[in-house]
Amino acid sequence: MMRRSILAALCLATMLTGAARAQTLRVALREDPDILDPTLARTYVGRIAFAGLCDKLFDINETLEIVPQLALSYEWTDPTNLVIKLRPGVVFHDGEALNAAAVKYSLERHLTMQGSFRRSEINVMDRVEVVDPLTVRIVLKTASSPFVSQLTDRAGMIVSPKAAEAAGKDFGLKPVCAGPFRFVERVPQDRIVLEKFPQYWDAGSIKLDRVVYLPIPDSSIRLANLQAGSIELSEQILPTDADAVRSNPRLRLVTSDNLGYWGITINLANGPRAKTPLGSDARVRQAFELSLDRATINQVVYNGLYTPMAQGLSPSSPYYNKSIQPRERDVARAKALLKEAGATLPVPVALTVPNNPDQRQTGEIIQAMAAEAGFDVRITASEYASALSAATRGEFEAFSTGWSGRVDPDGNLFSFMHGGGALNDSHYADPKVDALLDQTRTVQDVAGRRALYAQVVEQLSKDLPIIYLHNPKNVVGLSARVTGFRPVPDGMIRLQGISLAK
Amino acid sequence: MRSHLGGRLLQVLPTILLVSILVFGLQQLMPGDPAVVLAGEERGDPAVLAQIRSELWLDRSLPVQYFHWIGNVLRGDLGFSWRIRQPVASLVLTKLPVTLQLAAMAFLIALCIGVPAGILSAVKRNTAWDYVANLIGLAGLSTPNFWLGIMLILLVSVKLGWLPPSGYVPLAEDWRQSLATTIMPAFVLGNAIAAILMRHTRSAMLTTLDQDFVRTARAKGLNEWVVVLRHAFRNALVPVVTLGALELGTLLSGAVLTEQVFSIPGFGKLVVDAVFNRDYPVVQGVVLVTACLYILLNLLADVLYVVINPRLRDA
Repeated sequence: MMRRSILAALCLATMLTGAARAQTLRVALREDPDILDPTLARTYVGRIAFAGLCDKLFDINETLEIVPQLALSYEWTDPTNLVIKLRPGVVFHDGEALNAAAVKYSLERHLTMQGSFRRSEINVMDRVEVVDPLTVRIVLKTASSPFVSQLTDRAGMIVSPKAAEAAGKDFGLKPVCAGPFRFVERVPQDRIVLEKFPQYWDAGSIKLDRVVYLPIPDSSIRLANLQAGSIELSEQILPTDADAVRSNPRLRLVTSDNLGYWGITINLANGPRAKTPLGSDARVRQAFELSLDRATINQVVYNGLYTPMAQGLSPSSPYYNKSIQPRERDVARAKALLKEAGATLPVPVALTVPNNPDQRQTGEIIQAMAAEAGFDVRITASEYASALSAATRGEFEAFSTGWSGRVDPDGNLFSFMHGGGALNDSHYADPKVDALLDQTRTVQDVAGRRALYAQVVEQLSKDLPIIYLHNPKNVVGLSARVTGFRPVPDGMIRLQGISLAK
Repeated sequence: MRSHLGGRLLQVLPTILLVSILVFGLQQLMPGDPAVVLAGEERGDPAVLAQIRSELWLDRSLPVQYFHWIGNVLRGDLGFSWRIRQPVASLVLTKLPVTLQLAAMAFLIALCIGVPAGILSAVKRNTAWDYVANLIGLAGLSTPNFWLGIMLILLVSVKLGWLPPSGYVPLAEDWRQSLATTIMPAFVLGNAIAAILMRHTRSAMLTTLDQDFVRTARAKGLNEWVVVLRHAFRNALVPVVTLGALELGTLLSGAVLTEQVFSIPGFGKLVVDAVFNRDYPVVQGVVLVTACLYILLNLLADVLYVVINPRLRDA
């Protein structure tokens, strides 16, 4: 009887799930986004939802160039004066006009609102002036060449001043922006639903009627949903699942370079735990690096999908230093370096790894490889949030960790490598690197900055406060019905141009 | 009996208070600074950290934090989620129907499989029926939920395409779609509980079936199934009810792994996400509400004993 009723329910469900939906794109996210207020938001996946909700002053394209979005153009009238021309005829989801006053309001909100996470991104901003209804002038306290790139992300999102004033801190419960889709509803941990905004300034590029973001934390379940056709797009497919997607005729796999990196941060001067052979002698770190074969790690753990790398800048960045390539594994040379440094063998290394299958596996491979050169690697797997806290407090010797990356190279290097950098857990401080990094912020032209970053990257590859391992890829799984998806290294899912075949 | 129930009611308040202190105290032992977690990639900025700490009372002493929280709870305010800024009470209210539905369905499945199987294997003891029922019970007990969940998704959703692999649709929105999204997780949960229920029903029935009043009933010439169901089973029910209440309570506290696998937005998923994000008010709120539900269920079980077994009324 029981079995029969289950069968009946199964058959019923079959009929139901077969029903087609009209131009609704269902997107699986790796976690539930936090608050949907561009000023207060912190998470990566939140930015994916914002790509549908909130347009920015500028956007980036596939080659990381800054392109207009809500702004038409920008011009530095001097190193601290940025004049931005706005796109005419843009309206917010509540029908209010997007003008210079709204831009001033949003930028000031990002800068001054209590709890703002944008403040640290734009705190070089002194004031915003309304020149005319479609022109704003931003005056900086000091020259900052990375500033415009900050306006290509949440700091450049413009919210409706009327709605933001009315809602205050609760704005994120019902955000009102000027993006292609407007907010419909959110059920925490279940879904975020957006619908097409007919008055969008670029309405012609929007083919979808609705977008539903579904947080599905388990990667195999995201894949199962994609295979079963109950979602059309999944961000972050595991490299080990890539073949399952590729071999399925109804699915498509799209990979693109990511802005970030993965590497091993070494404690050089952050508290007593820095006093290790690895922390105190660059030759020992070089020996450790020479004992590793990045290509093997990439092949075994990531199915060969990621890009082995020896610097903190993404291969997609115009500032990527092509002359700094991963060194070939050389155990003999590693042993020689250890001898030269006078290290007692085996050299103990306490390696903290995040408690994920791929990171534990990477740790074990490193352990085996480094052992051949004379290192005794002990692995501690720790939940990531706890490990990050510990790293900030200096309670680590070597920590396998990564960074999601930023469009401007400043975002990948300054905070980590500058002596006063906010995320410099290693407490690396080199006067030459500090001076170079300071200088990159004042130079505007790409060629000039590239020359400076080339020197920074080269010095870091000798000092090795971070042993960079690879550049992860953005691996997106799509239903074959999806057309017009355009991968950009920031991993955001831009909805412009996407449509669904019947 | 009335005084017994009265006594149980009196125990409720101190129990809940103790739970609140435990929840509050235990999560202080969790490694990882909530301010650092909340700050995300902005964690390097001391100003951001200081601001988070002061806004969330994290810079006060523990007793001050506790009394601030419990004072608000007593006024009906469970606080708001640090991560998404929604009030905890409204989060709990949106998740409660989901968890209730899943728990009810799972429990129904468990009852429908576990109790008849237990009775059957006791009545037909040492026959093929008994062995088969035991085998099913053992399989149910020893299959990990998350594994069974993933296998079911791969088979039923990916291979056969019969049911959606995950997600949830509320009953009120579309009851058929709602059943389609919850039947697999309910089966996974129910299956494990059915096994436990089956084992307990079997052993309770075995004891009862050997008693004099059963022999008397048979001697009076009653139909065997009337003897089994009306006389023996009713007497064997008390331990089964106790166990049922405990299991239902566990279901209500959220089926952590199963909800995670099937992306069901219930209590389990809420609490797991909150723990990983160090969203303390949500953890505290959900655990407190769950503890209250658990205590309520056990009170209900006490009442049910009396309904089932009139002899307990004088006890």
